[in-house]
Amino acid sequence: MPSSVQFRSVSVEPILHDINLRIAAGEAVAFVGRSGAGKTTTLRLVNGLARPTSGEVAIDDVPLGSADLIQLRRRTGYIIQGSGLFPHRTVYENVATVPRLLGWPDPQTRAAAEELLAKLDLPLSRFGDRYPRSLSGGEQQRVGIARAMIAKPAVLLCDEPFGALDPIVRRDLQDAFRALRSGVTILFVTHDLAEALRITERIVLFDGGRVVADSPAAEFTSQPLPLVQKFVAAASLPA
Amino acid sequence: MIADVLRATGEHVVIVVIAVGIAIILGIPLGIWCARRARAGRFALRIVDTIQTIPSLALFGFLIPVPLIGGIGMRTAIVALILYSLLPIVRNTLTGIRGVDPIVLDAGVAMGLTDRQLLREVELPLAMPTIVAGIRIATVIAIGVATIAAAIGGGGLGTLIFRGVSMVDTRMILAGALPAAALALIADVVLSFVERRIA
Ligand SMILES: Nc1ncnc2c1ncn2[C@@H]1O[C@H](COP(=O)(O)OP(=O)(O)O)[C@@H](O)[C@H]1O
Ligand SMILES: [Mg+2]
Repeated sequence: MPSSVQFRSVSVEPILHDINLRIAAGEAVAFVGRSGAGKTTTLRLVNGLARPTSGEVAIDDVPLGSADLIQLRRRTGYIIQGSGLFPHRTVYENVATVPRLLGWPDPQTRAAAEELLAKLDLPLSRFGDRYPRSLSGGEQQRVGIARAMIAKPAVLLCDEPFGALDPIVRRDLQDAFRALRSGVTILFVTHDLAEALRITERIVLFDGGRVVADSPAAEFTSQPLPLVQKFVAAASLPA
Repeated sequence: MIADVLRATGEHVVIVVIAVGIAIILGIPLGIWCARRARAGRFALRIVDTIQTIPSLALFGFLIPVPLIGGIGMRTAIVALILYSLLPIVRNTLTGIRGVDPIVLDAGVAMGLTDRQLLREVELPLAMPTIVAGIRIATVIAIGVATIAAAIGGGGLGTLIFRGVSMVDTRMILAGALPAAALALIADVVLSFVERRIA
């Protein structure tokens, strides 16, 4: 079941200032903005890797301050640039990490891994026993997606997951990701506007640690706000 | 003569194995602790570092008058060897843990691993080649220092060397020195192999 995410006057001084956002259960939101705008920090507030200096973040209206962070993290997927795969664990062991922490029986884990990896074009029979270093960047990132999504997280946090990939691989992964995105609330950080438009239905623009625009994806580019127009111009979308 | 050499070699191995074994048991947790607490860790490392700089014969000298652990004999020798073996093990444990890719750690924390799980499942396995390198260095040092331990009645191959020196008997000196050198070489080769296997 997807969860809703609330930011209530959240500040992380001196990086973020008075962030207010309500993200509905099942929504897919992109955080865009120039480097250093505060997107990563905002994302990391949701799984407690960053802490507010004031205000609060809540999931399904339960403030993180009163939640069990370890349990919360096991229900929250996190996909990052460079994938962060465990280099000493095989593809299967990596993907099975959260199910193991949750105490799933082995056959359930194996079945879920098999299904998910097949959808990501990484058949378990061929890739399961390989180590991350023997995979291409795109393959590693796919394993990262599988690892984050196998236990059906309520919220999925993505921090420029495809940022380091070449354009063709990037496009393939965006398509694969789109096919998987139902049933989970997605917060997707990217500095690529085309990627934001392709993957999400709502775009939030950050600048200088503040939210400066927040609109449905379809209407984002037509907003007259100067900061938005500047960002859109810099993004040079394909015609 | 052969029997003397064998007995001394056996003693030497026992002293070194006991000392390095205890140094591993103390040093790895200490290294983990140093990695967790930056300030206190630096302080602890400085102390261990200082011990290492004391010349070995002087360290034996310092230990002899210490009650319970001191005195003439093998026990004092082992305590000194433990102190010498500590530094490479503590330092390499610390370096190994610090060297884990922060992105990998982040991913582990984000998946809901507890601190303890992170240590056992991610940090220690990834630091292990570096830790084994520390154990290798500690073992080689201990084999060398143990020869000097004979000066305070520690036993081992140093006994033959010191006896040979006082009797001006080159064969006796070599009967101690050659096996000691061989032990150090063997330890180095074997542990290097382990290090590469787990890397
Ligand atoms: N741990 C930290 N301590 C201090 N400053 C930080 C830390 N992490 C990030 N910053 C700073 O906070 C700002 C926002 O960073 P970040 O959230 O990573 O932005 P973005 O993801 O939009 O590039 C940047 O100026 C960055 O240098
Ligand atoms: Mg960022």
